[in-house]
Amino acid sequence: MIEAVNLRAGYGGREILHGVTLTARKGEVLALVGPNGCGKSTFLKALVGIVPPEGEVRIDGKPVGELPGNALARHLSYLPQGKSVPDITAGRLVLHGRFPYLHYPRRYGPGDIAIAREAMEKLDIAILWDTPVAALSGGMRQKVYIAMALAQGTGNLLLDEPTTYLDIAHQLRLLTLTRALAREGKTVTMVLHDLPQAMEYSDRLAVMKDGRLLDVGTPEEIFTRGSLEAAFGVKLSRFRASDRWRYYCD
Amino acid sequence: MKRSKISSPGRNKGVFAAAGALCLAAAALSLCLGAAKLPLKTLWQAALAGPDSAAGAIFWYVRLPRTLGCLLAGAALALSGTVIQGVLDNPLASPGIIGVNAGAGLAVTLCCALGMLSGWTIAGAAFGGAMLAVGLVTFAAEKTGASRTTVILGGVAVNSFLNALAEALRNLVPETATLSSDFRVGGFDAVSYTRLIPAGVLILLAMAVVLTLCSELDVLALGEDTAQGLGLRVKRTRLVLLLLAALLAGSAVSFAGLVSFVGLIVPHAARALVGSESRKLLPLCALGGAGFVTICDLAARLLFAPYELPAGILLSVLGGPFFLYLLSKRKGGRRND
Repeated sequence: MIEAVNLRAGYGGREILHGVTLTARKGEVLALVGPNGCGKSTFLKALVGIVPPEGEVRIDGKPVGELPGNALARHLSYLPQGKSVPDITAGRLVLHGRFPYLHYPRRYGPGDIAIAREAMEKLDIAILWDTPVAALSGGMRQKVYIAMALAQGTGNLLLDEPTTYLDIAHQLRLLTLTRALAREGKTVTMVLHDLPQAMEYSDRLAVMKDGRLLDVGTPEEIFTRGSLEAAFGVKLSRFRASDRWRYYCD
Repeated sequence: MKRSKISSPGRNKGVFAAAGALCLAAAALSLCLGAAKLPLKTLWQAALAGPDSAAGAIFWYVRLPRTLGCLLAGAALALSGTVIQGVLDNPLASPGIIGVNAGAGLAVTLCCALGMLSGWTIAGAAFGGAMLAVGLVTFAAEKTGASRTTVILGGVAVNSFLNALAEALRNLVPETATLSSDFRVGGFDAVSYTRLIPAGVLILLAMAVVLTLCSELDVLALGEDTAQGLGLRVKRTRLVLLLLAALLAGSAVSFAGLVSFVGLIVPHAARALVGSESRKLLPLCALGGAGFVTICDLAARLLFAPYELPAGILLSVLGGPFFLYLLSKRKGGRRND
């Protein structure tokens, strides 16, 4: 579980987040949505400590101040938006998910390798273990990075635009996976730009605008209150299909 | 599909065996060949007999320190270059190009000007000078948010500035005349135990520590945000790695002078053979650097016999075009800056 109370953060003295209070509950998928530059990625970075946060942040009930470096990374996996293409194999990259558990001089053991392989199997990419990351398509690279986040074995996943570079089939598979992870008890907080996907695959949505939290609620509540229209200025409509709501933007 | 340089485990073993053999062969030849040729058998007898005979004196006072100097400086400069390239995330960086060697050179010149000629003092001062250069480059990069190319340009400026200060000292203070042109271009013909032993101890210590930081270097290569998300203390790790890189390069400069381009050529060649994974790359760079510098010194000693060139000249002749080749390979460089 992640709790942020009056969270403020910014870059170079310019405040981007103006006091956001938000809780991501255990076992839920929370989608962060909002126009470009509204502070979604900054919110995630502030939780990890990449951007120094002001306010209160608790991870699994513990203040982040009590979880320095490695300890925080054992509670929280973070997949940033921009990722490098290292000249290593996919298996080695996923193994780096075990980095927070190693002690000096850090060497990966058989247990770490087993966990990394399991994470790749979960994403159907175990076959890529020996494949160089540089030789993979953008979508496959994204999956390898997600496997790394899974190998980190934390209870909380922060995913910044995880569906980027993925074709629609892979996007839907990934979103289904996030729901499965939530059912296992993980807290999944992710930034999404596709509003219909955010409405259909998340348990709750946090709508942000201009560094502030505009609304938080279930897809039904968000739709009823018209929060997305207020944030984006577009009309969101829905229709009933196969006993569930399908959303689209006009 | 982008071509990767990662090779199979079997091929890696072959590469390491070849690099080890190259090192050994280069060291053996370096001990045997020169103005006086000493066959292996004579060399062995001279080594056992001590420095009293003519052959023994050549072995103990000329060839052995020179060969050890080549091996140590080569390994140190190649490792330093690999670490600097990793930390600055720039394949064009190396201790010679961004002014680390020049900083160490200035410190050594200053020591000579002040008459502080003890081996430990010179090695320590060289480390301090190297750190000064690293500090200037990283401070400028952090303050200005410089791009990857600008960091190199800043390093080139620092390099020129520190070299100019050292040159001014050499012109103004007669005591620094002991620093021959060999020091300015880098060479091994005058390596003495007085300077080699302290620097060698520091190099071996720094190498031992750097080789335990392979995972940190690899995680750092994933980008600052990802690395921090994995629990790496990015700033502290960068600082420690740069300190070690400065210690390696500074120690090498303290006895070998301003040897350039080793930290650029060797890491690139090693990457082409085993990829970028540090647990393979760093040991190969150490082995390759040691062998490469020893071979260059041997070539510089023998190519124009009875005249000798400082090894640094040969390295610069090879390194300059190599640097231009790397620049020309950076297609889409603007996108990466």
